[in-house]
Amino acid sequence: MKVDRSLLFLPKELVETLQNRSMLIVAVGVLLVFGLGLRLFQLQILDHERYENRSRENRSVTQPLEPARGLIFDRNGEVLALNRQIQSLSVIGEDVDDVDALLERLREIIEFSSAEETEFRLRLDRVVRPGDSVILKRHLSDDELAIFAVNRYQYPDILVTTETLRDYPMGHLMSHVVGSVRQITIEDLRRLDEDRYGATKYVGRRGIEKFYEDVLHGQVGNRTVEVNVHGRVMKELDREPPQRGVTMTLHIDSQLQRVADEALGDRRGAVVAIDPETGGILALVSKPTYNPNDFVMGMSDEAFASLSNRRDTPLFNRATQGTYSPGSTFKPVIGLAALSLGVTDWEYEIDDPRGEFRLPNSSRVYRDWNWNPRTGGQQQVDLYRAIYRSSNIYFYDMSTKIEVDELAEFASQFGYGQNTAIDVTDPDPGLVPTSEWKRQTRNERWYPGDNINLFIGQGDMVATPLQLATVATLFANRGKWVRPRLLMSSAVPIEMDESIGDTPERVQGPTEEDWELMIDALRAVVHRGHQGYLQNGIAWAEIGMDIPYEMAGKSGTAQVVEIPQGEEYDETLLDEYQRKHALFIAFTPVQNPTIAVSVVVENGGGGSKVAGPVARAVLDAHMRQRVELARD
Amino acid sequence: MTEPLHIPRSGRVFERALNFTREKIRVDPLLTFLLVVVVAFGLVVLYSSLGKDDSALTGLLVKYLIGFGAMAVAASLTPMFYFRLTPLVYTAVIGLLVVVLVIGESAKGSQSWLDLPGLPRFQPSELLKVSIPLMIGWYLCLRRFQLKTLDLLAICFIAGLPIFLVFLQPDYGTAMVLVLGTLGILFCVGLKWRWVFALLGLVVIAAPIIWNFVFYDYHRTRILTLFNPDLDPQGAGWNIIQSRTAIGSGGMTGKGLFEGTQSQLDFLPEAHTDFILAVVGEELGFVCCVLLLLCYSLISIRSLNLSIRSSNGFGQVVGAGIAIIFFLYVVVNFAMVLGLLPVIGVPLPLVSWGGSSAITVLGSFGVIMALSTQKQWMDKE
Repeated sequence: MKVDRSLLFLPKELVETLQNRSMLIVAVGVLLVFGLGLRLFQLQILDHERYENRSRENRSVTQPLEPARGLIFDRNGEVLALNRQIQSLSVIGEDVDDVDALLERLREIIEFSSAEETEFRLRLDRVVRPGDSVILKRHLSDDELAIFAVNRYQYPDILVTTETLRDYPMGHLMSHVVGSVRQITIEDLRRLDEDRYGATKYVGRRGIEKFYEDVLHGQVGNRTVEVNVHGRVMKELDREPPQRGVTMTLHIDSQLQRVADEALGDRRGAVVAIDPETGGILALVSKPTYNPNDFVMGMSDEAFASLSNRRDTPLFNRATQGTYSPGSTFKPVIGLAALSLGVTDWEYEIDDPRGEFRLPNSSRVYRDWNWNPRTGGQQQVDLYRAIYRSSNIYFYDMSTKIEVDELAEFASQFGYGQNTAIDVTDPDPGLVPTSEWKRQTRNERWYPGDNINLFIGQGDMVATPLQLATVATLFANRGKWVRPRLLMSSAVPIEMDESIGDTPERVQGPTEEDWELMIDALRAVVHRGHQGYLQNGIAWAEIGMDIPYEMAGKSGTAQVVEIPQGEEYDETLLDEYQRKHALFIAFTPVQNPTIAVSVVVENGGGGSKVAGPVARAVLDAHMRQRVELARD
Repeated sequence: MTEPLHIPRSGRVFERALNFTREKIRVDPLLTFLLVVVVAFGLVVLYSSLGKDDSALTGLLVKYLIGFGAMAVAASLTPMFYFRLTPLVYTAVIGLLVVVLVIGESAKGSQSWLDLPGLPRFQPSELLKVSIPLMIGWYLCLRRFQLKTLDLLAICFIAGLPIFLVFLQPDYGTAMVLVLGTLGILFCVGLKWRWVFALLGLVVIAAPIIWNFVFYDYHRTRILTLFNPDLDPQGAGWNIIQSRTAIGSGGMTGKGLFEGTQSQLDFLPEAHTDFILAVVGEELGFVCCVLLLLCYSLISIRSLNLSIRSSNGFGQVVGAGIAIIFFLYVVVNFAMVLGLLPVIGVPLPLVSWGGSSAITVLGSFGVIMALSTQKQWMDKE
């Protein structure tokens, strides 16, 4: 193309226009630049602080650090609960897209059973917090760990995590004392302090672990880390270490606990032993029992269902929650009540020719506990004999002289019908019936027949083995109260609620002499022998004949089903679970006692015969310890 | 025509070099100096925002060197050469824009990249910031710089056709800058004031109509989040929030090079491309942002000044156009990153990491230098 170069030149008149317009453009440009500068000034100088905070919030994330749980020891320094670290393979819940593919890849190097697979899938479904790691294979062996380490690069999505597990080295033996922890559930999270439990995976579920959860847990720490937009941690900015939970020592004596456990054997029942001086619970056995370590690992729904649905209820703490009619173990308390109320004294005797009792204007016959047509009655019975020989007739007589509410008021001084234990988890308060109670629950008045039942410890009155042991403790202390407790000492002092329950400092009513005579009667239960069958202490033949030390005790038998009037009680005709419970309370030595104990053997039959030997075994062990201690 | 100065071969190397620069290469030293400053600054910031990636830095260095080479070559050509070449360039760019709509590659929702064998990946729309001013200049020369209504329509068509093709990609940011740039050129060459006011009036009237009837919901969302990014902090508001946070947290002197948490930890999206200014703001602070803005302003003013002082109308119009468009890119990018304009994907010229864009930008300054030359170089071949 041929172009005339003159074509390119601007006409003269336009030159000025161009210059003027350019100046205007520059002016607009200057305004724009000035505006942008102002905006920069606003963002970077005026609002700097706000955006600096925003940028800090963006990049730094504070992560909670799990505190180590406090350890639990028994009085001899044996470990009841500790923390153990295990290595596991984990994945982040949200990161798993294809479970099958993941497992298939893992199986190429590490054995992975179908049971583990089931458990993993279960855990994966239960993830409650985003970002939580889910354990894929728990507790790797050293070999597995080594194999995984070598192949690690092939599994970028699988992490090796160190997990702190609660460990109960005594397993079944201490489950009803120490309880256990379990993995935090969604319901727990709603209840617990979100910040304190930010890094915690386990929470105390039963026993001491639940009661002292607050102090055992410790204080959460935290670290502030720098993260990028994808949440990957780049570096640690700040760290506040967690504070471990309080380590504590219990009054529990695991030797004694083992003796009690073995004495009960496979029978269902409970044993509670208390040091009368301190109220310290030396043994607390409930059988059958379970392995608390199973709860730590997290059991499948089926395993839990089969455990909780068993007819013999191993998860149920019979010692603190099982309620039983106190039976004849209630008689010493009624005796003291009668003395205090002045309706009887140690000289007063009843005449019992036939072993039968009738209320005035009633044809119904109430019989003595061991009545049969051949033996007849116990003849002349005073309070002392009514205790060592356990006379129902004597207490039937008392029932006509004492109002139910008078007895209830007196009995509650012994801790019946209320919890007096300082640090027992979810105890059952038991029940001491009153006329008011009956009106409210059954809309009936209190009949004399009810009193008859109550005065031999049957009917609506119930108590836990822990309460029975507390009563034994009170007798050992001659009415002076000391509250049962599990905690003996702790690394950091823990305040204990000594005022729990409504009881006086000392049982009001009985004189010092009453106590001593009553305790002598209890001693006679065990030691009075060689007097002929009807004159011997009721437990002498079973446990008293060869006893080398002084022991006071009282047996009891609790009816489970009511035997219809006039029918004879034939144990062999009843279902096992409908048979009577065998009870025994005891303490030793009689002077300056050092242990009080209660025993319940469910559906065991007679108290002296079945529960007595269990109590004796525990006291024997205790006395042996004393001897060994004295020798050392 | 004057003969070039004859300087004895012996000695005076500096003077010889200066002469050589003036007469053979004909680059403008001041403008070149300012460009080198901005490019060097950009390299440092890019190096930081790319996470100290040495190989990327090497690639960038090569690209900028090619860019300055292209500038020198472009500056050594004559206005007459450009004048003759203009229709061809314009047609070729239109052709490329059509091609890109057919076989172009998509990125961030617009089909604007062309990957032709033997050429580096580039955006044909980049070339428009040179080809549109050239073509308008060419047309005005042929019409002896008349601006009758028919001429206005013709110019609207000349600029409108490629802009429409860009709009189809769709690349609204570039289209917007080019529309404003075209208006700027018309304003410079004496667009009647009544037209100017008519246009402003039209914008005022058309704005609500466009808002209600032309925009889709996502257009409206994008603009509304500008004023209140917290409406959708994880979505449309994310860029705006993170970019404001980055800049604001930089303060007066910044957090230090390589120390910007917003950019180094990937909170800031597009940190090395469209939002590179936010990295400058965060790591180097208010002071450097203002200095950078001043550098850009000086480049624009120097370019405009060179162009206006040109001996020929073609050079004046084309040079001013290129300078205006360059300045508009800068202003629109700043405004976008500072949260004054919606996020429309306009890079910061010379600093944003953008393939071959730096080469075209530097080349366009070569064109300005070439066209701003005095009469004697008009058609020296």
